[in-house]
Amino acid sequence: MKKLTTDIIVIGAGPGGMAAALKAHEMGIKNILLVDRLPEPGGILQQCIHNGFGLQKFHKDLTGPEYADMYIKQLKSSNIQVLLQTMAIEISNHNRVILSSKADGLTEVCAKAIVLAMGCRERTRQQVSIPGTRPSGIFTAGVAQRFMNIEGYLPGKEVVVVGSGDIGLIMARRMTLEGAKVHAVTELLPYPGGLTRNIVQCLNDYDIPLYLRHNVIEIYGKDRVTGVRIANVGEEGSPLQKTFEVPCDTLLFSVGLIPENELSRMVPLMMSPLTGGPYIDDTFMTSKPGVFICGNAAFVNDLADYVSLEGETAGGSAAKFAVGNYPNDARITTVAGQNVRFVTPNFISRNDCATLYIRVKYPMTDVRITSTNNVIHLVKQIVKPSEMIEIKLDAEMLKKIKILKEFKIDVGQNN
Amino acid sequence: MPQTYNIAIIGGGIVGNATARELSRYELSVILIEKETEVSFGTSKANSGIIHSGIHDDPKTLKGKLCVAGNKLWEELSRELKIPFNRVGEILVARSESDIPVLQNIIVNAKATGIPAEMVGERKLREIEPNLSNDIKAGLLAPTAGVIPPYEMTYALYENAAQNGVEYLLESKVTKIARDGSGFIIQAGGKEIRTNYVINAAGVYADDIAKFVGADNFKINPRKGEEYLLDKRLDNINNHIIFPTPTPTSKGILVIKTIEGSTMIGPTAEDIEDKEDTRTSEEGLAKILDFVRTMVPGIDKSDIIASFAGIRPVSNTNDFIIEESKAAPHFINAAGIQSPGLTAAPAIALMVVDILKNSGMKLEKKKKFNKYDKPHRRFSLASNKEKELLIKLNNAYGNVICRCETVTEAEVIAAVRNGAKTVDGIKFRTRAGMGRCQAGFCIHHVMKILSKELGVPEEKITKRGGGSMIVKEKR
Repeated sequence: MKKLTTDIIVIGAGPGGMAAALKAHEMGIKNILLVDRLPEPGGILQQCIHNGFGLQKFHKDLTGPEYADMYIKQLKSSNIQVLLQTMAIEISNHNRVILSSKADGLTEVCAKAIVLAMGCRERTRQQVSIPGTRPSGIFTAGVAQRFMNIEGYLPGKEVVVVGSGDIGLIMARRMTLEGAKVHAVTELLPYPGGLTRNIVQCLNDYDIPLYLRHNVIEIYGKDRVTGVRIANVGEEGSPLQKTFEVPCDTLLFSVGLIPENELSRMVPLMMSPLTGGPYIDDTFMTSKPGVFICGNAAFVNDLADYVSLEGETAGGSAAKFAVGNYPNDARITTVAGQNVRFVTPNFISRNDCATLYIRVKYPMTDVRITSTNNVIHLVKQIVKPSEMIEIKLDAEMLKKIKILKEFKIDVGQNN
Repeated sequence: MPQTYNIAIIGGGIVGNATARELSRYELSVILIEKETEVSFGTSKANSGIIHSGIHDDPKTLKGKLCVAGNKLWEELSRELKIPFNRVGEILVARSESDIPVLQNIIVNAKATGIPAEMVGERKLREIEPNLSNDIKAGLLAPTAGVIPPYEMTYALYENAAQNGVEYLLESKVTKIARDGSGFIIQAGGKEIRTNYVINAAGVYADDIAKFVGADNFKINPRKGEEYLLDKRLDNINNHIIFPTPTPTSKGILVIKTIEGSTMIGPTAEDIEDKEDTRTSEEGLAKILDFVRTMVPGIDKSDIIASFAGIRPVSNTNDFIIEESKAAPHFINAAGIQSPGLTAAPAIALMVVDILKNSGMKLEKKKKFNKYDKPHRRFSLASNKEKELLIKLNNAYGNVICRCETVTEAEVIAAVRNGAKTVDGIKFRTRAGMGRCQAGFCIHHVMKILSKELGVPEEKITKRGGGSMIVKEKR
């Protein structure tokens, strides 16, 4: 088997992986390998031809490919080695990664540090257990997006979108612009799964009806989807009597994203049941020293911009690790309290700054975010599960946290 | 001019293909007629892959006899066709005190038939199945039960039969069978086929096919079974095929260990009217989950990655019907092949050959029977050394197109060259699209390969033939 030695290998060349590789490069790491299974870098950004990228990172309103291009240009002028059409098929407990490609066959890479940036995958129709037949015409929103924007095929003409995640909302608009009719977007919960800006710009602007507290309860059709039955849903999630049928030839599922961690489980890394990704500290290192992770593989983010920022942290940490300059610190555990679905990183070390990412369980207005010893005390008008809360911890705050064992975050009513 | 054959087999499921392969050993002209776009697209595609030990069936019935006989044939058959076969064993658990005498009685009967079976006490049971419910205090272990990949098996039989001269007429529904001297003329897919013998392996439609010649002294009642596959990440949840103690009418709902190491739960057993009704239902899922949790409480709804339903052809005698029709000589029914049909299939094929012999068919073995030489080489199961060799041989093995199941471009191309025409055909042969992302990542790769190999535009590529095109139009 071909063997390669490198300082850092980054797996996945999406917004997280590219940012991680570039950050490590900027910090003076000479040998960096960036691998991706697709024929070009950018990951899922390449099929996201809508705008809204880069507002946080570059203060510009970019499309996905334009956002990717900002990094691809930098990659080209760097000496980072990019291996495309290459799949990481195995990773061992000793920081060895096995790559497979048509061009090179199998290659074993031995790296001082690894950055995992595999992104996430979409939850499918099967995983939300929608009964009925199994005809063609059933897609996850992201697969339909790929067919539409990369492959050049219209997936369907009469559409129902199940779930109100961001990709579903974006695709409702995209399919409408391509001449399809989107009859309904259904959402089980009483509030949408996607960003407010996408509800406004993708549904309201195109008069696409959003049915909150509704779910598809049966799929019809033998060869191709011919329709669905939609029911309104009671408080406990059980369908009530009122149901109606919508004829359609296509169903798009936008019912959540799952961090992609096949490789993480091979190491194996300790996994968090709350985020679906590995446990991480504020340097984005996992339970295995030298293995870092960022972006949607770690936890699902709302924006590519956040993914890139995390990539920079992970890449910077990997760079320090690769040169043996990584602080081996005592750790404080973060704990999800009231109305907190997850708080990540799971551990805070003794750095001078850190960022906490929090997702709430349910929406709330007039909110107070508090923590152990009142280190954090934030007032917010509104919090939503679809919008991640970012809290920067400065040196002053960290000084107070460092004496603790556990650091708990609560999101409660401000009264 | 109609084409003329010695034998026409109607139905391309496990029974039709096992029979076709068995007949391909002889100097005969054989055609297999199938209404679907590919073989194994009917009842066989929803098979759970269990090779039963035989303890569930009365040894006096044909089902019971052929199950025991079939079980013994699988080792050789799987070796010949290079299909993995694992005797994982089955455990029948006692969910209450009253189940124990039932199990003891099964052991007495099993011993009489020569099927190995033993009672297992609580301690050993925990040791071999740590995730069983604490309420389960005893069980019966039958070690000869096993599992195979049912679709790969059907396709291997099909390919090996074709290699040995069996002709296949696909996408051709039989619309009429007329008597023609001592033989028959079959109308199928706009073609006329003249044949001396007909073997009716038409599954749920066997009674409809038999009716054409008055050989329908039975009725087939469709019985639906829903099954749910769990994420392979949970591959330690069970080590055996776990059954409840059977009732006089049912084997119950099972926790199956598949050949892939993953867990499958089901099936339900619902008598239905419509022979095409393969819907899954909320009630079916709830029933399965409630039931299996009484045996393995750790099973969770959120671990399900795929669901499907299949239809068992249950005859009104509740037994297999394998005989030459008295009303229509030379018309051989192989009907009512419900569970344990997969287990029995190789024995059914041998029985059909015997029936042909007794009916006066001259059977002369071919001088040379071509051994199966197109084994599906699974990249995912190869060692790194073997993987390297495969890529050296053909660099398309280096291109992993299905990430969940680690299926390569080379395997998909091979599947098309061996007869796959549809996305489902690729899935059943190679496992591309069978994993947790349910084809999200590989679908466009698979479509491109099908399009290129078959010379058909991508927008015409279907999921399973007919009007099941994947996309609507090209932009």
